[in-house]
Amino acid sequence: MSTLSESFLTAGGLVLAGDPQLLNIVSLSLQVSLTAVFLASCIGLPIGAAVAVGRFPGRKPLTVILNGLMGLPPVVIGLLVYLLLSRAGPLGSFGLLFTPTAMVIAQVVLITPIVAALSRQIVADAWRDYEEQLRSLGASTPRAAFTLLVDTRFSLSTAVLAGLGRAVAEVGAVMIVGGNIDGVTRVMTTSIALETSKGDLPLALALGFILIAIVLLLNALAHAVREWAVRRYG
Amino acid sequence: MADALLTLDALRYDAGDRTLIRDVSLRLEAGRRTLILGPNGAGKSVLMRLMHGLIEPSAGRILWNGGSGRPAQAMVFQRPVMLRRSVLDNVIYALDLAGVPAAARRARALDVLERVGLTALADRPARVLSGGEQQRAALARAWALRPRVLFLDEPTASLDPGAAAEVERLIRVIADEGCSIVMVTHHLGQARRLADDIVFVDAGRITEHTPVAEFFASPRSAEAGLYLRGELSWT
Amino acid sequence: MDLIRRSFIASAVAAALAMGSPFAGAADRFITVSSTTSTEQSGLFKHLLPAFQAKTGIEVRVVALGTGQALDMARRGDADVVFVHDKVAEEKFIAEGFGVKRQEVMYNDFILIGPKSDPAKVGGGKDITEALKTIQAAQAPFVSRGDKSGTHAAELRLWKAAGVDLDAAKGAWYRDTGSGMGPALNTAASMNAYILADRGTWLSFKNRADLTVSVEGDKRLFNQYGVILVNPDKHPHVKKADGQAFIEWVVSADGQAAIADYKIDGQQLFFPNAVK
Repeated sequence: MSTLSESFLTAGGLVLAGDPQLLNIVSLSLQVSLTAVFLASCIGLPIGAAVAVGRFPGRKPLTVILNGLMGLPPVVIGLLVYLLLSRAGPLGSFGLLFTPTAMVIAQVVLITPIVAALSRQIVADAWRDYEEQLRSLGASTPRAAFTLLVDTRFSLSTAVLAGLGRAVAEVGAVMIVGGNIDGVTRVMTTSIALETSKGDLPLALALGFILIAIVLLLNALAHAVREWAVRRYG
Repeated sequence: MADALLTLDALRYDAGDRTLIRDVSLRLEAGRRTLILGPNGAGKSVLMRLMHGLIEPSAGRILWNGGSGRPAQAMVFQRPVMLRRSVLDNVIYALDLAGVPAAARRARALDVLERVGLTALADRPARVLSGGEQQRAALARAWALRPRVLFLDEPTASLDPGAAAEVERLIRVIADEGCSIVMVTHHLGQARRLADDIVFVDAGRITEHTPVAEFFASPRSAEAGLYLRGELSWT
Repeated sequence: MDLIRRSFIASAVAAALAMGSPFAGAADRFITVSSTTSTEQSGLFKHLLPAFQAKTGIEVRVVALGTGQALDMARRGDADVVFVHDKVAEEKFIAEGFGVKRQEVMYNDFILIGPKSDPAKVGGGKDITEALKTIQAAQAPFVSRGDKSGTHAAELRLWKAAGVDLDAAKGAWYRDTGSGMGPALNTAASMNAYILADRGTWLSFKNRADLTVSVEGDKRLFNQYGVILVNPDKHPHVKKADGQAFIEWVVSADGQAAIADYKIDGQQLFFPNAVK
């Protein structure tokens, strides 16, 4: 109980003081994860829509695989990306290991399947309603997929947010490929892990509260925008 | 004899191990208003989707104008599927898919919206319109394509009488421009008001194809006779 | 259509902002040092590195791992310098050709941490091997790092010196956690177990619960840190000059004074002993 209340006070103190180190860590967390979500959406949304609408052999196994990949273990992804980016690895010459770029890459790998699988479900549901109308109007399959992505945009925001939530909260992959370097690749989750290691549980928990608050805030914001949009556009 | 607008030749459609349409042959002449009647599950909607090309027949042939090409056509469904954008943009979207040059789309869309009485709602999001307004928007979207054939699958089934009457009026206007109409309905009064010809479907077969006055006076097929008596007993 | 276009533009701008800054902010001139959790978590690097950067303009990026992992990371070419504490493993690293030369920098010592209740009655002793033997005989809970770190290697050497054959003696009392110093201490704190720790991490560790120092001062608990430049012949991209500059600085009078200067609650954590 004392740890909990101490953590709340610490969290409040850090936020109110506008601690510059905290701000750096929070902003890096958001930059890395938002970038990863943007890229994962650019890849995952078209994949999801294509699998939902397309008619090609292997579509069902692909759906199963996509759904399964939603549960990719971050540590394994971290390790794979680490081995790819390591100097001894195939992409070593780019010198990307232990940079924010490496963290973005790992998170993109981690959350693209989430965005793709959830958007596949959303688009497939919409496709049942839209298919005859769109085909009657002569829409090609790619055009129909694009139309559905645009038309389900409010629901798709949920898929994107799920990806963002996973990216911001994930520690295993960014720890390995980022190295938790102070001031360079230290983000919210790796800071929490570090403070836990140092036995400073109140500070670790305080950082955890701040992380949770940020995630809740992002979701509340997205929810409000979505509510407004649904009321406006039906 | 000139080629018919649409010729169905020994059409069959199987869904899994069930045959929904069997051995259907039919000739539809251009400029006619043909209403398809029949009991639930008879295959009316499936037949219409085969004609429009939304599904492929398992056997048989569909010939447009004796095989010289598929005319411009459109379909209006029982529940209009409007995209999450403005009414105007819904019509413009259809014109875009139909290959209408970008510069011409807006004027053409506004023109049909005026004709269906939706000018004031053109910039409103289509999904927040009432059912009747959405169905008129769907008609406008179909009409904008300048179809030679318009398919309608129970377009008034979900509407209140006032909205249904407006939709009927618009169908008549579209037909008067020379567009052939093929429509499924359950509403005998509507069939009587709108049809030139009746096609009666029962258990996946066409039992008769008769001018409307003759159909209601004395149907040729026993199935249609039974149907009329059954339906009329409810009205 | 307008809304769609606007939202696309907005997200593109957001992404451009997000992409731009993380990669623009960091210094151009930096080296990567693979080191141990003990040096990072004790706060030593936070104390040392600003002084070095102020003097040379070189940013030092520390990736803190167990010694075994830190050496492996350098073997793959992912570090310019290693700064660790396991002489045997370091010498092997040099012999394999991955390191240029090992230089000793500083030492601290390992300590045996245990619960205040001291179930094995080893508290206050000076003989680490006697203490370990007693713990094993008493089957008192003991937490091991189990992660091939320098501390883990030291622990294994001490069990051997105590004549305890771990493979045979392991049981419920011996918890192999496979984790860093901090997490292992957290585990020990919650289990009231004995654990071998480095003094630096212990002094900066906050979640001590009922743990206290049990055995210290045995000369076999000596913990030497060394620093090695990764061999540029093996990994040509190694920043030889800047890495060498860092090594020369930590063994220089300035660097050694800075190490001696680092204290927590008035206690010195590391003792410089570079060979002049």
